[in-house]
Amino acid sequence: MTSGLWQHWVLPGIWITIQLTIYSAALAVVVAFGIGMARSHRSRVVRFLAGFYTEIFRGTSSLVLMFWIFFVLPNLFGWALVPMWAAVLALGLSYGAYGAEIVRGGLNAVAPAQREAGVALNFTPWQRMRLILLPQAIPEMMPPFSNLLIELLKGTALVSLLGVGDVSFAAYLVRLATQESSKIYSVVLVIYFVIAFVLTRGMRALERKTRANLGLTATGGAR
Amino acid sequence: MNSWDWSAVADFMPRFWDGLLTTLRILVLGSVLSFALGLVWALCYRVKTRFVRWPVNFITEFIRNTPLLVQLFFLFFVLPEWGIQFSALTTGTVAIGVHYSTYTAQVYRAGIDAVPVGQWEAATALSLPRSRTWTAVILPQAIRRVLPALGNYVIAMLKDTPLVVAISVLDLLGQARLQGGMTFQYNEALTVVGVAFIVIAYPASLLVRALERRLVR
Repeated sequence: MTSGLWQHWVLPGIWITIQLTIYSAALAVVVAFGIGMARSHRSRVVRFLAGFYTEIFRGTSSLVLMFWIFFVLPNLFGWALVPMWAAVLALGLSYGAYGAEIVRGGLNAVAPAQREAGVALNFTPWQRMRLILLPQAIPEMMPPFSNLLIELLKGTALVSLLGVGDVSFAAYLVRLATQESSKIYSVVLVIYFVIAFVLTRGMRALERKTRANLGLTATGGAR
Repeated sequence: MNSWDWSAVADFMPRFWDGLLTTLRILVLGSVLSFALGLVWALCYRVKTRFVRWPVNFITEFIRNTPLLVQLFFLFFVLPEWGIQFSALTTGTVAIGVHYSTYTAQVYRAGIDAVPVGQWEAATALSLPRSRTWTAVILPQAIRRVLPALGNYVIAMLKDTPLVVAISVLDLLGQARLQGGMTFQYNEALTVVGVAFIVIAYPASLLVRALERRLVR
């Protein structure tokens, strides 16, 4: 009984959790860079809208947002989303708002002289962003992004409340079937811990790589 | 497809206040627990013997890297198996408090590390006992520094309180679901709750930012 549950629910559940993490992280990165860069835009309107977005999505709970997208959106606007995509949208949009703050912080951390040098060389704003600011800011962003990715991984557990068959949902089913609560929930906690560990390691490798591209060592400072 | 109905908002209001009270109760008690337990963890990080430091490090890392929702289920279903019975509300509060204590512990740790070495040396020079060094010299300075960061985690906790609907506590989100389940007024109830979170969280984050500016100066 238990072994069947393992194969039919827990293993696919792990895969769904990983997929959810990847899709929502991808959306969150797009949102984070879009909104984060918009916050340093010349136009006041763009800056205001970006700031407004961040405050709204950081202000509300991602679970409430998920329920809203799942239950209210179809009623009010007539387009329903598959639970999986409602979840990805909610997670990506809200964690993207947190990411936008990281991007903004990273861009602000680049020495102002670098921006001025770009102006002096007659670079367009987009060239300055792409060639001067981002390459220097991205390594700074990696540690907070790593934390955010772990938060997002943990956030994916919320989708089980919409009935998406992720690993938390699998745990719920296994508990109902076997009544072995302590066993299944311990196993699932360990699974999340292992995924988080792998993600942290991956992000650290990525950080080293982005730093190396700038000729910096992992600890900072020029080589 | 049904559209927006303002009378449904009025219908939802009595439930809304009940839910708000529950949410705030979880938030206040959970914050107190996380502040206290976090300080305990942070002090354990500085204990000399590895037999204390390592397990505490591992436990807090583990709690911090696993989902609150699963921890909530763990406590809710497993504690009764061990003969410990809590109400759902208490279980939710404890789960949130313990989960966030691992974050506040990091905050305290940074705050304690930021106290200048000279302060420790001065305490030694005055031959203050260890307990006095902590209570009279180090902690007052450390905690002052970390107040804004702790405030940010209270806001984060606020946004995680809706998770208790999973163990059928009737907080804000719980009341909204109940309203939706009984009257199909999901649109209005869920939107009111979503707006309520923003209305509470935004001024709170402005407050924390103001505190940050004041204390950094």
